[in-house]
Amino acid sequence: MNAETINLNPASTNTMAIHALLHLADDSLIMGHRCSEWCGHGPILEQDIALTNIALDFVGQSRHLYQYIATQLQDISNDVALTLIDFDILPEKINEDSLAYLRDTHAFKNHLLVELPNGDWAQTILKICSFSVYRFYLFQLLQKHTDLNLAGIAEKSLKEVQYHVKWSSEWIIRLGDGTHESKSRMLQAIEFLWPYMGEMFEPVMYEKVYYHLDDVTYTSLKNNWLDKMNQIFEQATLPTQSLNQWHQTGGKIGKHTEHLGYILAEMQFLPRTFPNAIW
Amino acid sequence: MDTITLAIQFQKKIDQDIKIEPRDWMPDEYRKTLIRQISQHAHSEVVGMLPEGNWITRAPSLRRKAILLAKVQDEAGHGLYLYSAAETLGITRDEMYQQLHTNKAKYSSIFNYPTISWADMGAIGWLVDGAAIMNQVPLSRCSYGPYARAMVRICKEESFHQRQGFEILLTLSKGNKAQQKMCQDAINRWWWPALMMFGPSDNDSPHTAQSMQWKIKRFTNDELRQKFVDVCAEQVKFLGMTLPDKDLKWNEAKQHYDFGPINWDEFWNVVKGNGPCNKERLSTRIQAWENGAWVREAALAYEEKKAARQYSYDTENKTNQVPVS
Amino acid sequence: MITLFRKFLYGDYGEIEGGTLATSSSREWPLWEVFIRSKQGLDHKHVGSLHAADAAMAIENARDVYTRRMEGVSIWVVESKNIHASNPDDANALYDPANDKIYRHPTFYQLPDELKYM
Repeated sequence: MNAETINLNPASTNTMAIHALLHLADDSLIMGHRCSEWCGHGPILEQDIALTNIALDFVGQSRHLYQYIATQLQDISNDVALTLIDFDILPEKINEDSLAYLRDTHAFKNHLLVELPNGDWAQTILKICSFSVYRFYLFQLLQKHTDLNLAGIAEKSLKEVQYHVKWSSEWIIRLGDGTHESKSRMLQAIEFLWPYMGEMFEPVMYEKVYYHLDDVTYTSLKNNWLDKMNQIFEQATLPTQSLNQWHQTGGKIGKHTEHLGYILAEMQFLPRTFPNAIW
Repeated sequence: MDTITLAIQFQKKIDQDIKIEPRDWMPDEYRKTLIRQISQHAHSEVVGMLPEGNWITRAPSLRRKAILLAKVQDEAGHGLYLYSAAETLGITRDEMYQQLHTNKAKYSSIFNYPTISWADMGAIGWLVDGAAIMNQVPLSRCSYGPYARAMVRICKEESFHQRQGFEILLTLSKGNKAQQKMCQDAINRWWWPALMMFGPSDNDSPHTAQSMQWKIKRFTNDELRQKFVDVCAEQVKFLGMTLPDKDLKWNEAKQHYDFGPINWDEFWNVVKGNGPCNKERLSTRIQAWENGAWVREAALAYEEKKAARQYSYDTENKTNQVPVS
Repeated sequence: MITLFRKFLYGDYGEIEGGTLATSSSREWPLWEVFIRSKQGLDHKHVGSLHAADAAMAIENARDVYTRRMEGVSIWVVESKNIHASNPDDANALYDPANDKIYRHPTFYQLPDELKYM
């Protein structure tokens, strides 16, 4: 199956594929991690359960992706594989867990947006909504990808993403059009998170090569996203936004905020303390 | 009908195993006992999310992380089922929270112990959920309908909790020296508190006799505790570990395990609030509730605005109703 | 004379507990009853309740709470205060009269065993 789905010839194509897949997997994992931090601390039991469901969806997506990456790496010569994922490990030990637990911050390729702290409910909701709307349009494209494994993962995830969009956009509307306090918290959330939105629409090399999306498609992805967000904001009686201002980038090429290091320190401490243990 | 006749009829129903439903007449004490027991049970589920929840971000594999998330989420769901059952008795969830937050309501003391290693996730699943299941299976035949139905659903869902816990310990027991040590240490710390979960001894338990007559409880604390010891004493052999009780010994005559004395002094102190994590657990819950106040208020405010808009729309556009089924 | 159907609010039981309860906050999210169709072809069945600020949220919460293990294909939610119920005190008057009308059941009629398809 791998011969069909990944071009084994030019090393660079491999690199692009692995990096793009890692980028998708890391996004899901770190989103899942942040959402899971709410478990037991939600504003009401019912919403605690809802958010934990979303965390589970993200962790599940990341597992599918890491597992797929691991099988891809088995087929590539060891040296190349290790350079690709940027860490030192015996090739036979490459699996979903080593990919998640043994890479350092510079090897992670998630958007800066997803690693930012949860903040309050408004900030968390806006992060989930903006990321899920982006994922919704992206996965609609990726489910037609020639890599059938990726297409399959995108198709399966889309159902989850649709629900995340529905759930989180309804919350934005409630908060924006709720009380004075909730509106001002939504405005603060927008102000805090907005500089990180642009990174989603600035494709790096591996996205361009592997997604096979031309500039026109990328522009329409961006416009669709912005239209949808503004539609939600309008319903929420919040001011509409644009993407013209300066934004933060770097996550996708391994240049992260300070927050990611703490996430990984917490997440990875056990496998790193007991290197060869099975859990 | 006078209260005495009603009370006699009520007890007759109970004796015939006819379930009591929310609107049926019931003695005040029955209602109070149920509210106390069900709300304590609900609080235990919700507070119980915390000691395990704090390991979600540190679970050592993605599979374990997903399982733990699903498990802690189940506990939230179980809390919700139980609060709902208690609400049929005429108390609101807010009132129950208020009782919890002001220290008027209790929850299972077990959750006032810290989870300090990954093995604790295993020990909690095996011992704490094991003890809970032992308590809960008879409760699914409890005389009060909504409570019994909640327990049926909970027991069905909870069966995976104990199994995943045992699997964690089994994996550790086959692991390296450090993992084995971690495993034994967790069993040592959780064993006695797990035994205390069955509550005070029958001689000291103020509610058991009446609760048995009302079929809220079907077995006494000591009966269930003995059953639990018998089961665990055998299961621990699969782990190649030991239970921390030098008096634990099979008694051929009784066909049960004998076990050492429980430290009731510790039990009552943890109940009174002197456990290692009482203050921390409660303040975490209070903080979550208070931080969520503006969120809950905003959702209500939005709904009120929406309802007002909808009302004016509906009165202008009257439509025929059709059956939904 | 008995009242056949009196409006009862869910959880409305006349007198309340003697002073032991904290006062209720009027700003609690409303209570909803949840009904789930477990598969196509079956009726919706009452499964429990939950709190939600509005109907959309109630349906989503019901999905998250009561269908975590693929228990349903369709959800109804009704705000609990809109459920009208019969009074258990009237049970005798309401349901006992059906007891002596056994001719409503097919087994009441004695017909030869040889008679098929009836």
